[in-house]
Amino acid sequence: MSALIAAPVLLPAFAATLSLLFRRRRRWIGAGVSIGATALLLAIDLVLLGQAATGEIGIYALGDWPAPFGIVLVLDRLAAMMLVLTAALALAVSIHATLTSLDRRGWHFHPLFQFQLLGLNGAFLTGDLFNLFVFFEVLLIASYGLLLHGQGARRLTAGVQYVIVNLVGSTLFLIALGLLYGVTGTLNMADMAVRASALPIGDQGLFRAGGLLLTAVFALKAALLPLHLWLPRAYSGTAPAVAALFAIMTKVGAYAIIRTGPLIFAGAAGRYMIPAALGTMILGFAGFLAARHLRVMTAFGLIGSTAILLVAVAVFQERAMAAALYYLPHTTLAAAFLFLVTDLLIRWRGTEGDAIVVTPGYRGQQVLAALFFAGGIALAGLPPLSGFIGKLLILQATLSSSWWPAIWAAILITSLVAVIGFARAGSTLFWKSSGDAPPSPGTSGARALPLKEAAPAGFLLALMVLLTVAAGPVTAYMEAASHQIFDVADYARAVLPPASGVGS
Amino acid sequence: MSIEFLVATAIGALTAGGIYLCLRARTFPVVLGLAMLSYAINLFLFAMGRLVVGKPPIYAKGVAVYTDPLPQALVLTAIVISFGMTALALVLALRTFLETGTDQVDGTPDPDLLDRENRT
Repeated sequence: MSALIAAPVLLPAFAATLSLLFRRRRRWIGAGVSIGATALLLAIDLVLLGQAATGEIGIYALGDWPAPFGIVLVLDRLAAMMLVLTAALALAVSIHATLTSLDRRGWHFHPLFQFQLLGLNGAFLTGDLFNLFVFFEVLLIASYGLLLHGQGARRLTAGVQYVIVNLVGSTLFLIALGLLYGVTGTLNMADMAVRASALPIGDQGLFRAGGLLLTAVFALKAALLPLHLWLPRAYSGTAPAVAALFAIMTKVGAYAIIRTGPLIFAGAAGRYMIPAALGTMILGFAGFLAARHLRVMTAFGLIGSTAILLVAVAVFQERAMAAALYYLPHTTLAAAFLFLVTDLLIRWRGTEGDAIVVTPGYRGQQVLAALFFAGGIALAGLPPLSGFIGKLLILQATLSSSWWPAIWAAILITSLVAVIGFARAGSTLFWKSSGDAPPSPGTSGARALPLKEAAPAGFLLALMVLLTVAAGPVTAYMEAASHQIFDVADYARAVLPPASGVGS
Repeated sequence: MSIEFLVATAIGALTAGGIYLCLRARTFPVVLGLAMLSYAINLFLFAMGRLVVGKPPIYAKGVAVYTDPLPQALVLTAIVISFGMTALALVLALRTFLETGTDQVDGTPDPDLLDRENRT
């Protein structure tokens, strides 16, 4: 029982309010508060990760109400890993947005950014399904604001569609919650897991329907096949730096499936999810190849790589889940990294935006080419970066599934497609040149290259390198996390007080 | 006619209307559809605690039948969230219409508005 578990939810709330005060004058204070709070959040999350790594499940009961009656925050290995990933990504994005003055294109960037973090952290920590819904809404409301940040007609159209899709998703979420509550009489995840195993036969059909509906809502957030249509336009319509933060949003859906699937529904959704994820993978990388703008291309790459993650999740076995958990931070970082590189391309090239066309040479082209090359290696999953290890682990672990030939074929073919897509885009963007030499440093009009703008992207790249170098300890942690996810009895023992147990 | 039948019919009618309106091409009917869907959900959540008439809402010793108070708290939360969301969607739809000159959800030019401009 440690109050520190509540800090990742409380800190962004205070930081958001504080940075709201400085939105007109002394805006640098608002930015400083936001970045400082995010850095502090990363430090706190690392401490929590250390706590969770011991294998103990930390509980914080809000208002000191015991578990089935009050809301609890639960910190296990999975939650701690997601928290650290979110904070690291948020730190890079907030620094990037401040360096590139994205936060000055509207009034409320930093408060919205912090509220987004509040929603994300809450969703990862909560142990209550209705509370999960509330945190989903918090992160969605903030994401509407961030998506529209900077405005413009194209962004508004994409924003309307994004809002409508997510409102319908929230409606479905509530229907599923209503069904599950009506059948089990509880909203606490651990309590529901205990009661689900003792349901009378007549109620099991309703319970399964509620569970599948809930999984469908999470699949909408994770952009799984029939529900993926909102993502490319929303992510390519917004500012690339915001899209980089949104790389974690599809993982919230994946996280919710990982959390509730084994715990409450015993992996019942797996047989629908595997074909859907395979289809998403193919469609994602087909869109990847067809895209004519780098942002659209990265958005489709995000859909495809999230589908690879979901295939491994949908097997619902301990080893496959461990592989998926290793791949999860990698795919988030890789997609976010590419979005940041896209933003640098738009800023440094000066013409043509992010269209994949040949332009005259410009300063910083070599730096960008190197970064893009690294991003391509990461997202396509080639050695030496961590995507290769992640894909290898997933291929190995899915061998036990009866779907393994389809999974192997889809992952290997889409990897090849990704390499072709990157090679084509990269050679158009960086190799071909329309003849003009880049302006030399002394000539007028050439300004000093703002290399520091590439620092946040470099930070994300360094994290991916770290993930590769430390692959041994990381996979050991993920295997332990996966074991913890499937150990329902241990989770229920930790969350529910021993005396009251099952009965209310 | 039982109260369960009435409530179930109301939820069904609201959901059907909401889904129909959500599938329309213009933003205003879609927002109305979302509002209707959220009404249906509120009723649905309320009914999930089972429909009980004339019983105390709080569990106490010696009370055999009581109304489940939790769904009412859930409905309150859901009402607040859906109200805020509907307002946001409405403002966003209006802003998009003013900025792009069309209130089609997919952003294609509005045929009616084009006709009117051609005539004047």
